[in-house]
Amino acid sequence: MNRNPIITDADKNKQMKKEALISVGLYILFFIWWFATGYGIAGTGTPATYTYVLGLPMWFFLSSVVGYVLFCVLTVIVVKFLFRDFDLGEEAGESANERSGQ
Amino acid sequence: MTSKGIIIVIVLAVYLVANLVIGLVVSKRQAKRDAEKGFVNNYFIGGRSMGGLVLAMTLIATFTSASSFIGGPGIAASKGLVWVYLSMIQVPTAFIILGILGKKFAVISRKINAVTVTDYLRARYKSPAVVIISSICLVLFFVAQMVSQFMGGAILFQEITGMPYIWGLLIFSVIVIIYTTVGGFSAVVITDTVQGLIMILGGIILLATVVGVAGGFGPLTSKLSVAAPYYADITSGGTTPMPYVLSFWVLVGIGVLGLPQTAVRGMGFKDTKSLHNAIIYGTIVVGFLMLIMHVSGAFAPAIIDISSLPSTDYVVPSIVLKYMNPVVAGIFIAAPLAAIMSTVSSLLILASAAIVKDLYMNYMVKDEEKASPEFIKSIPKKSMAATLVLGFVVIVLAIVKPDLIVWVNLFAMGGLECAFFCPILFGLYWKKANATGAIVSSICSVASFGFITLYNSLINPLHPFSIGGTTAIIPCIVIAIVTFVVFSLIGKKPDHETLELFYAEK
Repeated sequence: MNRNPIITDADKNKQMKKEALISVGLYILFFIWWFATGYGIAGTGTPATYTYVLGLPMWFFLSSVVGYVLFCVLTVIVVKFLFRDFDLGEEAGESANERSGQ
Repeated sequence: MTSKGIIIVIVLAVYLVANLVIGLVVSKRQAKRDAEKGFVNNYFIGGRSMGGLVLAMTLIATFTSASSFIGGPGIAASKGLVWVYLSMIQVPTAFIILGILGKKFAVISRKINAVTVTDYLRARYKSPAVVIISSICLVLFFVAQMVSQFMGGAILFQEITGMPYIWGLLIFSVIVIIYTTVGGFSAVVITDTVQGLIMILGGIILLATVVGVAGGFGPLTSKLSVAAPYYADITSGGTTPMPYVLSFWVLVGIGVLGLPQTAVRGMGFKDTKSLHNAIIYGTIVVGFLMLIMHVSGAFAPAIIDISSLPSTDYVVPSIVLKYMNPVVAGIFIAAPLAAIMSTVSSLLILASAAIVKDLYMNYMVKDEEKASPEFIKSIPKKSMAATLVLGFVVIVLAIVKPDLIVWVNLFAMGGLECAFFCPILFGLYWKKANATGAIVSSICSVASFGFITLYNSLINPLHPFSIGGTTAIIPCIVIAIVTFVVFSLIGKKPDHETLELFYAEK
């Protein structure tokens, strides 16, 4: 994995853009899972014909219970392995308003 | 008042006082430690010192309002599991807010000394019109939301304890206003953390009560299929169509990127480690809370007859009164009150910042005056006075309950999203975004959202305006995005200095 140090503003901006895109990607992935297991499975039957897990219909169990657990696991993986630590920079001095008059 | 009511009130009183003390002590310590950062930085953003747990909890506590504890589970009781399914749209919310806005806001706000979202908009768009429009939208919508949160809390207090509406209102609203006024942002986020933990506890108590009373999971679902046969139906007997449910992917999904009260949290954390931890804690906690609260609601018909209740808002309070012992009930009721207080305190400190920092200090004080020692010395007093006065205005409105406030609140959340979504998000990541786009987009989408909401709730409620069965937020966010892009392309490009500050890539 590419582990160049992140020091300059340019490095930081590139990394932040990458992380924002990863966030959007993971978000879309969750939407697809939620939709496909929810409406996808529910659409193939009626409450009378559904498969039930612990009294919960399969569409709900997969989309909302399993989906939640999966998303937590993916979040941990993404944050630990793709998000990077760097210095956020120094405070620019006193408050902008207090400074502008000096 | 019954003896049960008295015990509940005592538990709540202990909880409220604990909040007050923690808020005041912690904020005082923070202000002392970070004294060199200056009053404005400490009061409005807590000296940017939030760690991971506090950041996660304050984010969740801010966007989890009374509706997640009372309204939402109540609707879940009448609609079944589809309402739980809908609430799970919020699972990735903490992740996208912090993943997309977190670091970018953290870096920029340090460079320009921003303590509010409007500070950022001012630096990015360099336009007084953008600042004034956004500050006015913010104060107006925030006041409406605070009033309705207080009203909700006071009604709940009244139902559970039997105390008059006004007493409940005064007891908890005065406490929120005191710790917010005196302690500022640090007091808000530390109490949010305590309140968030209470909310988790409350959720567990409710679910355990429902499952326990029903006699375990097996008996519960068999009772449920008799009492609420619709519970497994994803359309809830046709009353909850798919386009309606999908609309929530904007309103409580990507739209939350446009809420200033959550976005501003990106300016307040300490370092990237805190942010990374907050993303993980936040995701786990928000999903857990949404799941257990709404599942409890969906299971409720197994233990109470919901058709006998005046409205779905009574589902949770009646479980509390019927099945919980008073001490447990007191702890449980602390959770929705916590959700209300944490939402109000966050809105209050931001509305105060909008008035003092964004409007008064930017446009009503001359530059030469700002540098004078007397002026700098007067800022703490003025800031606290603004918070206090705003707080009291909100209490008075919650007592008078004007129709206008009720109506504005109907579209406050969507309205904020319409006003801020594009200026915040595109400003951070799109080089061509400019003031022309921001102004036209905010005005057009807020106006259209207001109009559609007014039309659908007052003028023609029987045949509401809707595109393909979606709610009003969908067309209005589309209007916001289209106008933003088109008018940014027409308008003047941002200057070189702004581009360097925000997007330097070499």
